[in-house]
Amino acid sequence: MTESATTPSWPLPLRPLEAIGRGALDVVQALGRFGRFFGQATVYAVIPPFKLGRLMERIQFIGFRSLTIVILTGTFTGMVLGLQVFQTLSRVGSEAFLGPAVALSLIRELGPVLCGVFVTGLAGSALTAEIGIMRITEQIDALTVMALNPWRYLVAPALVAGVITFPLMTAIFDVVGIAGGYVVGVGLMGLSPGTYFGQMQTFVGWSDLTMGFWKAISFGIIVPWVCTYKGFHCGHGAEGVARATTQAVVLASVVILVWDYFLGSVLQ
Amino acid sequence: MIRVQGLCKTFGRQVVLRGLNLEVATAEIMVVIGRSGGGKSVLLKHLIGLLRPDAGAILVDGTDITRLRRSALDQIRARFGVVFQGGALFDSMSVFDNVAFPLREKSRLGAAEIRERVEEKLGQVGLDGMADKNPAEISGGMRKRVAIARALITEPEVVFFDEPTTGLDPILVNTIHHLIVEMHQKLRFTAVMVSHEIPEIFRIADRVAVLHNGAIIESGDPDAVQTSRNPIVQQFIHGDIEGATPKRQPSVGAQA
Repeated sequence: MTESATTPSWPLPLRPLEAIGRGALDVVQALGRFGRFFGQATVYAVIPPFKLGRLMERIQFIGFRSLTIVILTGTFTGMVLGLQVFQTLSRVGSEAFLGPAVALSLIRELGPVLCGVFVTGLAGSALTAEIGIMRITEQIDALTVMALNPWRYLVAPALVAGVITFPLMTAIFDVVGIAGGYVVGVGLMGLSPGTYFGQMQTFVGWSDLTMGFWKAISFGIIVPWVCTYKGFHCGHGAEGVARATTQAVVLASVVILVWDYFLGSVLQ
Repeated sequence: MIRVQGLCKTFGRQVVLRGLNLEVATAEIMVVIGRSGGGKSVLLKHLIGLLRPDAGAILVDGTDITRLRRSALDQIRARFGVVFQGGALFDSMSVFDNVAFPLREKSRLGAAEIRERVEEKLGQVGLDGMADKNPAEISGGMRKRVAIARALITEPEVVFFDEPTTGLDPILVNTIHHLIVEMHQKLRFTAVMVSHEIPEIFRIADRVAVLHNGAIIESGDPDAVQTSRNPIVQQFIHGDIEGATPKRQPSVGAQA
């Protein structure tokens, strides 16, 4: 603009106060936008018409493409757990509890959390970058002016795909992790297979499985929500997309850890 | 058909539109010209309902679209076609799928009829044989033509062009302008175009409006605008460095 209209500035001593107030308002507005975004996405996820083609594509995008990294990290997480827990338990002569210790750690905590964080880094960041590029190249505006709802088309399928794929990937992570612990405990440390699995059946209950399941479902909502939101509201140009992608990964990972604590407390 | 009344828009502390008035008659080509950062793209985004004004009205056949809810606005938008500055093609889709997309999503046509229409439209814009290419594999001029084909595939009543020739060489600029005129003669849509291309736009426009400092300062047929006595209009048309408007640095931030 050639000329700019300016709003009157506050007196110098009051400007820090103004800055704090403005910052607080910005935070409240951002939280409001964040919540409203989720509300809109949820509405379009449950009210037809559904974009089944987009949903299948998102399941492939979030789930199938993350499968290799989930299997790889799950296996090594289980192996590390097997090694460390075995060494700890052997000091008190309780190596027999290796199976339950590995299984409970994976099913209740590490499976959903690590799977969530890894998938955030892989598929979540790609989700943000993809939607961010669509935003800066006006592809989202193009959808809007074609009278197609971007929430229905871009966000809702990702949200539903997250709810479907995260529990499945977490289950895979848990299974390969337990197998990794078996390789170390039984294969390397000489524990008997019967002890490893027998004690596991005794100590792992249904409530442990449901806790892991609910965590995985909630992370399956959090990751697409945060990542699509950041893509939708990215700044200008390549720098804006890059910043949004970083913010999405960091924010989703932090929210996963915080939510994990609260859910763990509630589902004890 | 389209009447803009007293449109005002402010971003933060920056006033972009200051009580803008504009009328676009049915089936005419209206070209809005003005300096970069003068508010042309912001005006266009208001006309297609992507932005809501702080004050003022936009009447489309008497309906104020600035006050409509999303569903009602979508009904009006179904009569629009938009050619975005960069084309806004979906890069996950082929050229064919890009052009077919609005028909697949918004019509009840069968696959065979959609194929027929898309191939016909691609032929009209000179892109025979390009249907299977991805947007990344074709030139800038071709991308603009795909964007025009996509905007026209639903045979809209009103087509908005946001600087459709930006970044193209002079021959391609004339090619795209010629294509727009040809399509306009064939389909008789109302066209609203935002452009910098002077003097080329004077050859294709039915009427020209000059946007300066958030308001229309001159409008009329191309001859009337070219012979305007307004020094700002004359400076802009001739590209004079010295003149009625002060020199300034290129604007940053939002494309306004």
